Amino acid sequence: MDIKIALAGNPNCGKTTLFNDLTGSTQYVGNWPGVTVEKKDGRLHGRKDVIIQDLPGIYSLSPYSLEEVVARNYLVGEKPDAIINIVDGTNIERNLYLTTQLAELGIPMVIAVNMIDLVRKNGDKINLTKLGGELGCEVVTMSALKGEGGLAAAEKAIAAAQQKKVGEPPHVFTGSVEHAIAHIEESISGLVDPGNLRWYAIKLFEGDDKAVASLNLSSELKAHISGHVKDCEKEMDDDAESIITNQRYAYIARLVSAAVVKKTQKGSLSSSDKIDRVVTNRLLALPIFAGVMWLMYYISVTSVGGWATDWVNDTLFGGLITGGAASVLASLGVAPWLQGLIVDGIIGGVGTVLGFVPQMLLIFFFLSLLEDSGYMARVAFIMDRIFRRFGLSGKSFIPMLVGTGCGVPAVMAARTIENEKDRRMTIMLCTFMPCSAKMVIIAMITATFFPHSSWIAPSMYFLSIAVIVLSGIGLKKTSYFGGEAAPFVMELPAYHVPSLKGVLIHMWERSRAFIVKAGTIIFTACVVIWFLSNFSWSLQMVDIEHSILAGVGSAAAWLFAPLGFGSWKGAVAVISAEMAKEQAIGTLAVLNGVAGDAGDAAVMKGIAGMFTAMGAFSFMVLNLFDPPCIVAIATTAREMASRRWAAIAIGYQIAMGYFLSFECYQFGNFFFFGAAFGIGQIFALVLAAAAAWLVLRPAAKTAAGTLAAEARA
Amino acid sequence: MKTLAETGVGETVLVAKLQGEGPTRRRIMDMGITKGTEIYVRKVAPLGDPVELTVRGYELSLRKKDAELIEVE
Repeated sequence: MDIKIALAGNPNCGKTTLFNDLTGSTQYVGNWPGVTVEKKDGRLHGRKDVIIQDLPGIYSLSPYSLEEVVARNYLVGEKPDAIINIVDGTNIERNLYLTTQLAELGIPMVIAVNMIDLVRKNGDKINLTKLGGELGCEVVTMSALKGEGGLAAAEKAIAAAQQKKVGEPPHVFTGSVEHAIAHIEESISGLVDPGNLRWYAIKLFEGDDKAVASLNLSSELKAHISGHVKDCEKEMDDDAESIITNQRYAYIARLVSAAVVKKTQKGSLSSSDKIDRVVTNRLLALPIFAGVMWLMYYISVTSVGGWATDWVNDTLFGGLITGGAASVLASLGVAPWLQGLIVDGIIGGVGTVLGFVPQMLLIFFFLSLLEDSGYMARVAFIMDRIFRRFGLSGKSFIPMLVGTGCGVPAVMAARTIENEKDRRMTIMLCTFMPCSAKMVIIAMITATFFPHSSWIAPSMYFLSIAVIVLSGIGLKKTSYFGGEAAPFVMELPAYHVPSLKGVLIHMWERSRAFIVKAGTIIFTACVVIWFLSNFSWSLQMVDIEHSILAGVGSAAAWLFAPLGFGSWKGAVAVISAEMAKEQAIGTLAVLNGVAGDAGDAAVMKGIAGMFTAMGAFSFMVLNLFDPPCIVAIATTAREMASRRWAAIAIGYQIAMGYFLSFECYQFGNFFFFGAAFGIGQIFALVLAAAAAWLVLRPAAKTAAGTLAAEARA
Repeated sequence: MKTLAETGVGETVLVAKLQGEGPTRRRIMDMGITKGTEIYVRKVAPLGDPVELTVRGYELSLRKKDAELIEVE
């Protein structure tokens, strides 16, 4: 039988470092069933029978946030054999708050006080025996970053699991509160596992909705318990939830003053505080922040990332592999359709995916560096005020920024946003930022049709920012997204030098998710598109003008006429752009007779005849703002964890892309190219007015809003 | 009654009462802000909001709007 050991602790306590140390390459990252919270587990090095289950970083076991609910459901429902509670020794009071709750679960537990090296450096002393005696379990020390103590903690946890040793929970509650809890324990004693009795009793005292619901109590019993609780509330002149949290912290304060000797004077500055004096300084914060973001972007997208991507695309795939494969297949006398399938479909498809990888690795490397060092929290702190204005949190900045590299990691990065509405809106909007594939479209179109203008390309960035901002404001006026802004209560963890190993693991985990997911989807899509563009309805191999895809494109061409490119080629390019955005250009090139491996100049010549300048511009706008490539769409659907929301997001993006493209073409033609003010322009004006109203109207009354207003009155 | 939102940078106050309800209030309490807790207002973000507080030995950021829920003395 496998031994399951759960890792529990606050965010930023070093849990992930410990998890990486204990499991290394055996770790598996997925999702907790039904939710978008990441689930990580792995096997302990050298012990085939020990599973280490990482739980989301949490501050408490309250019923209010997704991470907390996932963690407590696991701990109470699946009952691991032991818990290693990682406590940040430099932050011990707040960390012990969770500890007191974990100790009530009736599961063998070992406490590992992490960052012990920093504790010693600060001159603080922690009396482990005293701590352990009060909390009812063994306490060890650890420095996960240095790799010390982690294995020992795991060994102790295994021993505790094998002995099934559950310590006596700490005596946190006093007098009448303890009395009331004991009463409740009696009342429900037949209904739950004896190990969980105490936990449930306390939850019922607090009025925890989820616990109450899961127990299915008779209304009699509920009333009985409620009576006890109300008596206590009256006596203590406070509500049940506050009573419990106050008593927990009061207990911890007593415990800490008995077991911990702090050297640091109150009011003195830690080194993190000193760094923050510069980094979140009123004057320097924004310039420093801009500098950091620019550096990250420059290295991962422009210089190193760009060169590596170009090399993979042009040299490795464009030249070596494709050329090599083509000659091998030709010499083997393989049928042309199979050659085509392998070289253009499969290798082309795989090449597209792998072309993203260098930039992705670099972006994730920097993101991990920022997160693990602690700077990311400062980003949210600095940016919050701006983003709050349009219904997002400061943490939404990062997905937006990452979206300038690739929409797939951007959507995944939205996981750090706890509030579901903020998260949904961020996922929906972050792909409006031009990703590196979309930049190919921007580059090609501007080089071909607007070669003497230097402002068109950058203006696309400003346009996308404007679209995001106005969308946020407009969406906030709807009844779903409206209402009070979500609480922004965030810890600013101490800075520390991130471990290279940790950063690399982090980077690799996320990139691998992309490669696997993107790999399968893009690959399939490329093969499908290859098939549709090389075969006619009667399944004979033809050139693209007679293919199924051309048929579909012709049928759909009228849709794009108001946008200035109502030809089947334009339609086909838009469809193929959904496979991978830069395919828009590639497809146009192929459709206009440019060979697959021709250089940029040939491509430009090939597409120049396809559009008018205005049509090209609106083609570009459509591809920038319609739904992102299919991999990003798939990622959106997964992160939304709701078909309805995935549909809403995609629907919104389709509408936005079409709307903007239409407005650009109609007004652009009128203002810049001397077109008459005809019916197209009238429609454009009407739609623009409607859009303006959606953004400027007063906010819709939300149910929560009116209740809150009534409560205050 | 004075709230945390009205407390200036550099001041140290004690929590008197917590208004509000539900997830926000619970979150604030879970993070260590309970009756009688000492709070030091370290700084304000460059754009004016949120504020950075020192609570029980660590740094916490809180929007002014939520800080209005915390009555202090």
